[in-house]
Amino acid sequence: MLNFDRSGSLAAAARRLMATRALSASCLTLSLALAAGGLTGLSTAAKADGEVNIYSYRQPYLIQPMLDRFTQETGIRTNIVYASKGLGERIRAEGVNSPADVMLTVDIGRLERSKELDFAEVLDDETIKGNIPENFRDPDNRWFGLTGRARVVYASRERVAQENITYAELADPKWKGRICTRSGQHDYTIGLIASIIAHEGREKAKDWLTAVKENLARKPTGNDRAQVQAIYAGECDIALGNTYYMGKMLTNDKEPEQETWARSVKILFPNAEERGSHVNISGMVLTKHAPNRENAVKLMEFLTSDEAQGLYAEINFEYPLNPHVQPSDLVSSWGKLHPDSLPLIEIAKHRQEASELVDEVAFDDGPSS
Amino acid sequence: MSMGAASQADAEFEGGPGLADQAVSGQAGGRGWLIAIMLTAALVLAPIGSLFFIALGPAEGVWHHLATTVLPRAVVTTAWLMLGVGVLTALIGVGTAWLVTMCRFPGRGFFDWALLVPLAVPTYIVAYAYVDILNYTGPVQSAIRAVFGFQTSRDYWFPEIRSLPGAIFVMSMVLYPYVYLTARATFLMQSACVLDVSRTLGAGPWRVFFRVALPMARPAIAVGVSLTLMECLNDIGAVEFFGVKTLTFSVYDTWLNRGSLPGAAQIACAMLIAVFALLWVERYGRRNQRFHHSSSRYRALPGYQLSPRRAAAAMIACALPVLLGFLAPSLLLADFASRRLEDLSNPAFMSAATNSLTLASIAAIITVGIGVLIAYGQRVRRSALLQAVARVAAIGYAVPGTILAVGILVPLAAFDNMVDGFARETFGFATGLLLTGSGAALVYAYATRFLAAASGSIEAGLAKVSPHLDMAARTLGRTSVKTLLQVDLPIIRPVLLSAALLVFVDCMKELPATILLRPFNFETLSTVVYAAASHEVFEDASLPALAIVLTGLIPVMLLARTSRATFRTRSSARQPLFET
Repeated sequence: MLNFDRSGSLAAAARRLMATRALSASCLTLSLALAAGGLTGLSTAAKADGEVNIYSYRQPYLIQPMLDRFTQETGIRTNIVYASKGLGERIRAEGVNSPADVMLTVDIGRLERSKELDFAEVLDDETIKGNIPENFRDPDNRWFGLTGRARVVYASRERVAQENITYAELADPKWKGRICTRSGQHDYTIGLIASIIAHEGREKAKDWLTAVKENLARKPTGNDRAQVQAIYAGECDIALGNTYYMGKMLTNDKEPEQETWARSVKILFPNAEERGSHVNISGMVLTKHAPNRENAVKLMEFLTSDEAQGLYAEINFEYPLNPHVQPSDLVSSWGKLHPDSLPLIEIAKHRQEASELVDEVAFDDGPSS
Repeated sequence: MSMGAASQADAEFEGGPGLADQAVSGQAGGRGWLIAIMLTAALVLAPIGSLFFIALGPAEGVWHHLATTVLPRAVVTTAWLMLGVGVLTALIGVGTAWLVTMCRFPGRGFFDWALLVPLAVPTYIVAYAYVDILNYTGPVQSAIRAVFGFQTSRDYWFPEIRSLPGAIFVMSMVLYPYVYLTARATFLMQSACVLDVSRTLGAGPWRVFFRVALPMARPAIAVGVSLTLMECLNDIGAVEFFGVKTLTFSVYDTWLNRGSLPGAAQIACAMLIAVFALLWVERYGRRNQRFHHSSSRYRALPGYQLSPRRAAAAMIACALPVLLGFLAPSLLLADFASRRLEDLSNPAFMSAATNSLTLASIAAIITVGIGVLIAYGQRVRRSALLQAVARVAAIGYAVPGTILAVGILVPLAAFDNMVDGFARETFGFATGLLLTGSGAALVYAYATRFLAAASGSIEAGLAKVSPHLDMAARTLGRTSVKTLLQVDLPIIRPVLLSAALLVFVDCMKELPATILLRPFNFETLSTVVYAAASHEVFEDASLPALAIVLTGLIPVMLLARTSRATFRTRSSARQPLFET
């Protein structure tokens, strides 16, 4: 009896021991995972003094020159995570403990979305307000524009004689089989279509989009550079694109052939005589739970300053939104930009509609014939 | 995954999992394993669970639009893409595997491993590369113009690579190795007896292939093809660049352009359910079939000696996939990279390479660890739940990467914030985010995403170890943990190695989770490539892209060696095992 009992408790003890071992196996896994974090030296607390943490939808090397200058002048180090999607969701999930101070992004839609995801803090800052005109910032001061990106028409120097164009004209049958563009669902195209809905209403915009689709030379594919290349190749005569890609191509010393493509193309600013060309913006947002708020505000002020705006113009070929700063000489040589004066926030409201229109007319399927 | 698929088939009968479990379990140790297993299952299933949770959110107005305009076409496009890639990868994978295992021709030894090499090339890189190769200013069209004296693109017809057929071609060229790997392993392990019997009964090589070898390899081929199809479903890089509107494309549109993450998650969940159903139908279709051999005597397969003309055809058939899937894109990258060799000494490049290697290595070890835990847990404790968990976890592979990354983010950050809140209340200090935004988060993401690539082969490998060994070890006083560490793991070491190498390659290539979950100032080779490509200067990323391909190459070659070695050790080790 006794013996039996003892062996029973022994078995129980053995079972417990083994349970511990199996558990320790899984603990080992977990601690290895934690060590992985430590090993690569990554979980550096982001609260130390003299830092500012940036979540960016803009490619690091587009903003690095400005950040370097900022660090040089203030001694404040910048930390950056770049991703093309999902950073808003990341800030939201991280909640009060989010290390992010500033979000940098392209596209008015994403700036507006920061309000929906509820991480955009109100910032009433005189310096920033003085540097950035009213129509390029949020009325509630939750986001601020930094640079402008004009959606223009690239046209073949050889095959297109006219020097003026309007967006409406792209629907004209004379362009049948002559237009190239990137996907209708891309941020840049969505922005343009939303601006047309804002100006002319959904129905007219739909007719316009349908007609443009029928004028396409090929299915919408590739990026903006690919459209320039298509004009050079003779696949089409005009294309929609952003100005700064031309700047980048004309100054590409590693692939000089890109310069050749770009030289075959001229830039037409649409609607220059009327309401103006569609301009989307890149911008910034202060986060609600910014751990380094003071440094973040310093950075944001700096990015709107004449100095940083000058860098944006010279290095990235974008349009500085600070009115004291001129576009680069190369950009100016293409002509004067007359931006659409409709507030961007009005345009942003129509983004979802624009995205639905693209699907409804099956824009990305290309011309039906 | 690879080897496993094949061996799973004969495992079903050889050890007989039922027998093994009866023998080994039913003793002490069960509960500890159960707890460990439940913990692992919770960890592995959390991202998919959170995806379904996100899908419960309001998606007002999104579905009407989706159902009336996008989805019908997206479903058709996706179906064509999957059908195309499925058929093409199966043809290439099975065909070449049969050639290198069963036929004798010059260069066979070389192609044996070279055919695996395209596995190292990520789909987003091969897509960019092919556009550069085949577009108007690329080498192919330039040559055509020079030869025929054409002036512009309007003078001649040339297929557009940025299209559905283009996407099928490009994806198949880098994904077929999944099928090749599984099919090859099965053909290698097919008992020579079966084939000999077929031959003595008068079947020619073609008949042996179609009537005997192919049907018997079906489970393995199904596993390989299902992996390529899942890759095909979750891909966004290539389809976006090619303008092919798949379901994954709609998932991203719904999320980013129409601002509805719940709507996006709902599509993703529907895709998951479809994948699950597809896999189930395949399994159901062969429910009454058995694929094992009635003899455990293995010997080198004799192989068919090919006539010179046929040998030449076989060489071309094997050379083409390697040329198209690896050599062509690599040469283009090498050309771009040669103009940027100074980047080699760039500290940023070096640190990106180090980060990639470190992360991929740690993730590979941990993923294999989890795979072993699940497989051995099943051995010690027969549990339908565990099997279900393994199956469900494996389909996480089919979820569009960034959506899965958001699915990982939510529970991870919630856990961190919970710990932080607890620490603040109880101890009065903040812990902040422990895991979110650290390397650990990345390792966790990799482990859950690529568990499918590891667990299958480990499970199958373990099932081949006779349960008598475990029994003997336990009788001699080993605990279940000791038995695992001292007996079972050493025996299946080659399987572990090949599983780890596969996960390693996948981690090197991984992009969406890496880019969203990584810490500050942290670049890997794939994020560097992506940053450049998204700014339309893919050329600037040629060096890191080439580095991904070349680093991926090393494990792929090791893999080819070990999978051959595995077969050898297994077949020769069998006799002594039974003598103990």
